[in-house]
Amino acid sequence: MATATTSAQSAKPRPHIRWSRGMPMLPTLVILLLFLAGPVLYSVYLAFTNRALRGEGASETSFVGLDNFTQAFDTSAFWNSFTLTIIFTLVSGVIGQTVLGMALALLLRRAPSWVQAITGAVVVGAWIVPEVVAGYLWYTFLSEDGSLNNILDLLHLPSQDWLISAPIIAVSFANIWRGTAFAMLTFSAALAQISPELEESAQIDGAGPIRRFWSITLPLLRRAMMTALMLITLQTLSVFGLIYVMTGGGPSAQSQTLPLYMYEQAFSYGQLGYGTAIALLLLGIGGIAALAYLRVLPKEDKE
Amino acid sequence: MTTDAMTSTATSTVPKRSRASRVERTTTLGSSLLLIGIAAAFSVPLLWVILASLNPQASLSVEWPAEAGLDNYRGVLNTETTYRPIWNSLLLCGGGTIITMICAALAAYPLSRFSSRAKRPFLLTIIFATGLPITALMIPVYALFVRVNLIDSMLGAVLFLSASSLPYAIFLMKGFMDGVPKELEESAWTEGAGTLRALWAIVLPLMRPGTAVVTMLTFAKMWGDFFVPFMLLLSPEKLPASVSLYTFSSQYGQVQYGQLAAFSVLYTLPVVLLYLVLGRRLRDGFVAQGGLKG
Repeated sequence: MATATTSAQSAKPRPHIRWSRGMPMLPTLVILLLFLAGPVLYSVYLAFTNRALRGEGASETSFVGLDNFTQAFDTSAFWNSFTLTIIFTLVSGVIGQTVLGMALALLLRRAPSWVQAITGAVVVGAWIVPEVVAGYLWYTFLSEDGSLNNILDLLHLPSQDWLISAPIIAVSFANIWRGTAFAMLTFSAALAQISPELEESAQIDGAGPIRRFWSITLPLLRRAMMTALMLITLQTLSVFGLIYVMTGGGPSAQSQTLPLYMYEQAFSYGQLGYGTAIALLLLGIGGIAALAYLRVLPKEDKE
Repeated sequence: MTTDAMTSTATSTVPKRSRASRVERTTTLGSSLLLIGIAAAFSVPLLWVILASLNPQASLSVEWPAEAGLDNYRGVLNTETTYRPIWNSLLLCGGGTIITMICAALAAYPLSRFSSRAKRPFLLTIIFATGLPITALMIPVYALFVRVNLIDSMLGAVLFLSASSLPYAIFLMKGFMDGVPKELEESAWTEGAGTLRALWAIVLPLMRPGTAVVTMLTFAKMWGDFFVPFMLLLSPEKLPASVSLYTFSSQYGQVQYGQLAAFSVLYTLPVVLLYLVLGRRLRDGFVAQGGLKG
């Protein structure tokens, strides 16, 4: 604290003074290095070992090189999880939450305030419900004696046990329900910053609502879109509790996304090294997605 | 919540000509009906938890309770089922939020006020860490915590929760801090106030709404978190509400859906209250993150 005080008073930017200006960051750096960077680095080490909870890798840990990765790429269960993760992320995150969130944000602009209040409360309500509660809500909603089947019965439509017949779609819908509020709030905030004159002048020039959306609103929203898409993608990639509560990954791994596969390998089978290799691949997918979105951003936006 | 700002934009776009205003009214009606439809669809799962919590004979489907009562709540309001898990959640998330907010405020200050060659790389790292799939870290974190004997330690869980929420909190705090004019502290500096004093006495009070938003988002995220305490805590008496809710069904053999719903409502209530208190300001957080600016 004392060094920080002198640095603020001194006008000469000497190197050691620069350092002391950064002093307030110290607690953050310590925590981030120990608890975030540490595990990331440790996972790089662990993924190349045969560390296990029991059996051979438990008593003595040895390096196995790329064995864990080749094992993953040779296993159909891994590819099953990989495919399910991509489906889940695309259906529930990239398409579902983004499109529904954008539609809600656009519709809300023209709606009377009481409709805004009700819709906002319900959608945001779904967002703040804790993950495990959301899992149970959707478990009851979709199960054989659940609300959805009751509604379908009323309409004389065939009912079925959705958690068994279409598990990945079931968990995707639950995730859309849970995450749409984030997209809606982000897009609403971005829309509110667009000057209404732009749209008005386009309207006077005779542009219809669809034309106006594509040519004016969407380009102006691009930055907010990319930010939201990136956060939604990474968020969806790491969904665990919701699926775990709803289906546990089943039936027969039909909703076992990579986080659930990773958990099963590490804890049901005790293969910590292999599980960590899966975790590292998951981090890699997230990194590639983030880089892809950053690349799509126009250059001046990166500043 | 977002009502005020959106109403103002909506009214200002209404054109003056009457033919156009009739079209406008039809679109307003159409979009309202669509919104009510979406809201209705969204509310069915939420209705179940509220109705089932009041229904002693609750089943899996949404139904009006034949004889509504508070039996389910009476059934779960005891130390074992409710008080201790909620208390543990408060300890975990309260502790985590305090650490996160102190560290985030301290870290955001130099990032917002001073320029340095290390700033840009650090900010980019923070932005990347914001999106780090924490789920993927749980296996290595578990293995690491076994090594350093932090498994089943509340402190360990609190510190990891803080670390995982810090990047986003710093990112938002910096955004809000950038909005406070620098001139205000410069006059304080000339009067001899130190960096921390300027931060505490001048900057933070001016960005109180922003700080409130970050605090709420941090707390709500930790409150709902399942995987972190599920992996790092083992003893039943240390488990927070998120994990105890998951073990709810196995504890009683046969699932009592009414009690499950009642406990879900009790567990959800704190974040709902927090949201109601701060909800209006939530919009600021989304404006601040409107674009990733480095």
